[in-house]
This record gives sequence, C-alpha cells and structure tokens, in this order.
Amino acid sequence: MMNIGEAGGTAPVKVEERLFQNRYMVDAGRPHIRIRPHETPSKALLAMTRLCPAGCYSVNDRGQVEAVVDGCVECGTCRVVTAQTGELEWNYPRGGFGVLFKFG
Amino acid sequence: MIEERFDAIVVGAGPSGNAAAYTMAKEGLKVLQLERGEYPGSKNVQGAILYADALEKIIPDFREDAPLERHVIEQRLWTMDNGSHVGMHYRSDDFNEERPNRYTIIRAQFDRWFSGKVREAGAVLLCETTVTELLRDTAGRVIGVRTDRGGGTAFADIVILGEGVNGLVGQRAGLRPELKPDTVALAVKEMHFLPRETIEARFNLKGNEGVVIEAMGTITDGMTGTGFLYTNQESISIGIGCIVSDFTESNRTPYGLLEAFKRHPSVQPLLEGSECKEYVAHLIPEGGYNAMPQLYGDGWIVVGDAGQFVNAVHREGSNLAMTTGRIAAETVVWLKRRREELSKGNLAEYQRRLEETFVMKDMKKYRKIPDFLHHNKHFFNLYPKLLSGAAQTWFRVDGVDKRTKEKQIFQSFRAGRKLTGLIGDAFKLARSWR
Ligand SMILES: Cc1cc2nc3c(=O)[nH]c(=O)nc-3n(C[C@H](O)[C@H](O)[C@H](O)COP(=O)(O)OP(=O)(O)OC[C@H]3O[C@@H](n4cnc5c(N)ncnc54)[C@H](O)[C@@H]3O)c2cc1C
Ligand code: SF4
Repeated sequence: MMNIGEAGGTAPVKVEERLFQNRYMVDAGRPHIRIRPHETPSKALLAMTRLCPAGCYSVNDRGQVEAVVDGCVECGTCRVVTAQTGELEWNYPRGGFGVLFKFG
Repeated sequence: MIEERFDAIVVGAGPSGNAAAYTMAKEGLKVLQLERGEYPGSKNVQGAILYADALEKIIPDFREDAPLERHVIEQRLWTMDNGSHVGMHYRSDDFNEERPNRYTIIRAQFDRWFSGKVREAGAVLLCETTVTELLRDTAGRVIGVRTDRGGGTAFADIVILGEGVNGLVGQRAGLRPELKPDTVALAVKEMHFLPRETIEARFNLKGNEGVVIEAMGTITDGMTGTGFLYTNQESISIGIGCIVSDFTESNRTPYGLLEAFKRHPSVQPLLEGSECKEYVAHLIPEGGYNAMPQLYGDGWIVVGDAGQFVNAVHREGSNLAMTTGRIAAETVVWLKRRREELSKGNLAEYQRRLEETFVMKDMKKYRKIPDFLHHNKHFFNLYPKLLSGAAQTWFRVDGVDKRTKEKQIFQSFRAGRKLTGLIGDAFKLARSWR
C-alpha cells in the first residue's frame, strides 16, 4: 500500500523541501505579516499552523503562535482565516520583494 | 511619483489588468499600469488552461508569438477513490484545428508576453510598485492611487482594479467586503519536469497535442474541492484545491493532500521520474454570483478575480478576467469619446454590457452551485466510493451472475445513502444546475 502521508499514512510530508525550489527576495527585517501579541491564540490562528501552505506558522512553548514568513507564497489564506479575530497585520511585501514565481 | 495625469490607472498586470490596459492604450488613452511583482506574472498562479476565445477578442493573432504549451485534444474527468478512478475521457481529432480552442500555458511566461503587448500598445507599466490606497476628492470620488514608491501618488479619471483575489486596495477602501473562508478555495500546485517524448508517450500525444485531467473524490478527504493535472511541453502541472473553511475544519495540510494525490496509483505512474521545480499556492474566489461585490462606483471599476469572476464548476477564471477587463476598458473608452463623466451612474454601462455576455449569464446560471456543493459533501466522498465499487463489481468476472451483480450495486448505493437521499441529491443537483 502506498504511503499517503499524515492522516492516512506514515511519514509526515515536509513543506521545507518544496520551498527551497522557489525563488524569494526577502525584505530582511521587514516581515509583511505580523501576529499581534496574544496570550492564547484563537482556533483560527492555531489552524494556520496546519493550513499555511508554506508552513510559516508554529506554536512556541508558551502555546502562542509565531510566524516566520520568509517562505510565504503570498496566498492570503491566513489573512482570510483570521479576518474575524484581527490577530494578524497582513500587507503585501514591498514592491519587488517576496516570492518570485518562475512558472506560477 | 508621476507628475502627469492619466486617463486611466490599472492596478495589477494579471489577465484582467492586462486586458483592460491593452484595450484602452490601443484606443489612444493614456494608461498607467502598476504591478507589485518584479515582472508581470511573478506573483500569479493558474492551472493553467487558456481559453482562446477571450484572448482572441483582444489580440486576434495571439497565436503568432504567445508562449503556448499544448493545445488540448483530450479532456479527462476522473472520480477517484483511494485506489481507483472512474473516468470519462473525451478525445477528438476535431481539436487539432487551425485555431485551437484551449491551450495549456505557464502563467509567469504568459503574463510577461501579454504585458509586452500592453507596452507596445502604449501603456506605461511600473513594476515593483504596490498600490497602497485609493485617493478620493472631497465628494468621495476616486481620483488616483498612492503607492509604496516613497508614498508617491498618481492621478487619473478612472482607476481599474485588476488586483486579483486578495484585493487589499478595494477592500481597504470599503468598495467590497473581506473574503469569507467559505467562498474561497486554497489551491497548491507543483511543476514537474519530464522530457517531451516521455510526456507524449505517457499521454498518447504527438506534436503539440495536450491532455488535461480534472479529478474529484476521496483525494480531497471529504472537503469540497478538486484536483487537476495538465500536460505542458516539457512539464506537468499538478495541483489540488479545497474551500478554505473546509480546510480549517479538517486535519489535513494542503501539501499533504497534494502529496497523497501525486502518490495515488492512478497518478503516480504519470509523474514517475519527474523533477519538481516549483511549489506554489494561491486562492481562487469560488463564491460565485452570490458573492459578487459592487462592480463600479465614482471613478472606479473592478475586474477579474477581485470581482469574484470565476466559474468554479468549469474551471474558468482567466477568460472571465480578460473579458471583464476588456469590457470595462471599452466602457471607459466609450464614455470618454462621448465626453461623459466616469461617474457611478454612467459606469453602470459596464455591468449592462457584462449582462449581455457569457460572463454574467454563466455566473447567474451557477449561482446555487457553490452553496450546494458546500452542503452536499457526499459528492466528494461517498459517491466516488460507490461509483468505484459499482464499476469493480460490474467488471470483475468471478462466477457471480449479472442480475445478482446489479442487485449488489443497487444495494451498495441504498446502504450508502437512503433512496430518498439519492433521489433528493439528484433533484437538488439538477435544480442548482438549471
Ligand atoms: C491553482 C489555480 C488554477 C487555475 N486554473 C485556471 C485555469 O486552468 N483556467 C482559467 O481560466 N483560470 C484558472 N484559474 C483562475 C485564474 O488564475 C484567475 O481567474 C485569473 O488569474 C484572474 O486574473 P486577474 O487578473 O483578475 O488576477 P491575478 O492574475 O491574480 O492578477 C492580479 C495582479 O495584480 C497584482 N496586484 C495585486 N495587488 C496589487 C497592488 N496593491 N499593487 C500592485 N499590484 C497588485 C498582482 O501581483 C497580480 O499580478 C486558476 C487559479 C488557480 C489559483
Ligand atoms: S499568505 Fe499564505 S503562505 Fe503566506 S503566511 Fe499566510 S497562509 Fe502562509
């Protein structure tokens, strides 16, 4: 039987291996997405640790959600998912920065 | 930023923005187009199937130099369970015509080409420039934009917003509401490279012929969504997308779903030995007609994905983007010729013109579908399994007589879903389709 990953199978699928194929112009020190300081994340923000297609979100040892957006592919999912909770400050990267699709 | 005044400012250099900028520049209007990416296409994602008709109405001889991959001669529709698929394939030599109807393309290359045409037509394009807000006069009409180039501004009689699904400019200006998680799909996609001959042998193709596959079933693990696999010259585009609110409720990751799709026994041999060179993700507005925002106002028009112009059932988006871009531009040109104001009242002409085209007719026809699919998940989970089970019962020769097999199939459907449910589903689907 073929390994179908996560829920249905064995080895977890790593997103990092996919991202290193991509090209980015990182705007060092100016992340385009910021998480507002929080004690406990909402269910929506927590879901982003699984839902972000670039794996930008993780939970720290105090249970708060953190983001490292260098690998962000600018899909906007996290913005839509947390629109109600207001936990994110989401902007496009400055013109010319961010992900650069060769094929799209 | 730019001192001179423009007739029109176009935000975005995707298919909608390019269609609008091209059409207006060609008619002699002074057009400024702003794009946040390093080059047009550097932020954009599509499957990608290009529908020739929409582009032909803008650039009739586009086939001469557009970067086209393959013309589609075969469409496969697959209903999949975990180990099998039931397929409907339509292949016709008629699609090997002088002016083929559908092509596969690679968006980053296509957008660059289209943008070249826009500049040839005379529009001014500034890349690496993100529009940050709309500027208004005291009466509230839109008169220009502010950008992140040192906060520079530019002014025009009209701003055409072709900013795509994440249309922050229009949203923040209050022209349309924030997207809702149940009206957008998140899609992830990879580009897999293989030698030309391998692709042609695997898919039974010659020359520039191409095959496209659309798939649904247990590959989305109960979520509303679909997968696709398209052949390019020397690569295969493969992707999968589901409604965002379904994703938030599930325990799956988007890339995990894609990986499982790639490893499905019906798909894996098609990709065997390929090299993945890019992984991308993008949202698709799938709320349909009922999610459409106000399309125009004093000094502004919205086109393409920003206006929710996507027919999710038929996977059409870029053609609606190009058509809305073109018609918005034609409306502006028409009003300007008549020396009429680009006011909300006059721009209603844009919507009137759209109503006459396939764009609004199709959006209206399918208005009930997004909601229907959202609330009838057995179309993605149960039915594909039942269908596959039925096919297997029917085709396996094992000493069981055919009448008994028919009974087994019927009973499997009855057991999966009550008869009233089955009939109800068929009835509801027919009604939403109408
Ligand atoms: C996975 C996937 C598969 C698809 N498959 C198909 C298919 O096979 N066939 C089909 O017809 N359609 C398909 N679509 C839909 C199609 O891609 C879209 O409908 C189409 O790209 C919409 O064009 P657009 O010009 O409205 O938006 P976009 O193509 O998104 O272009 C918007 C542009 O605006 C720029 N921009 C945004 N904000 C700003 C700002 N503030 N300042 C400056 N620039 C800005 C962006 O960088 C971008 O270049 C698919 C979509 C996806 C995600
Ligand atoms: S925009 Fe998309 S890729 Fe970027 S952090 Fe949000 S969910 Fe992840």
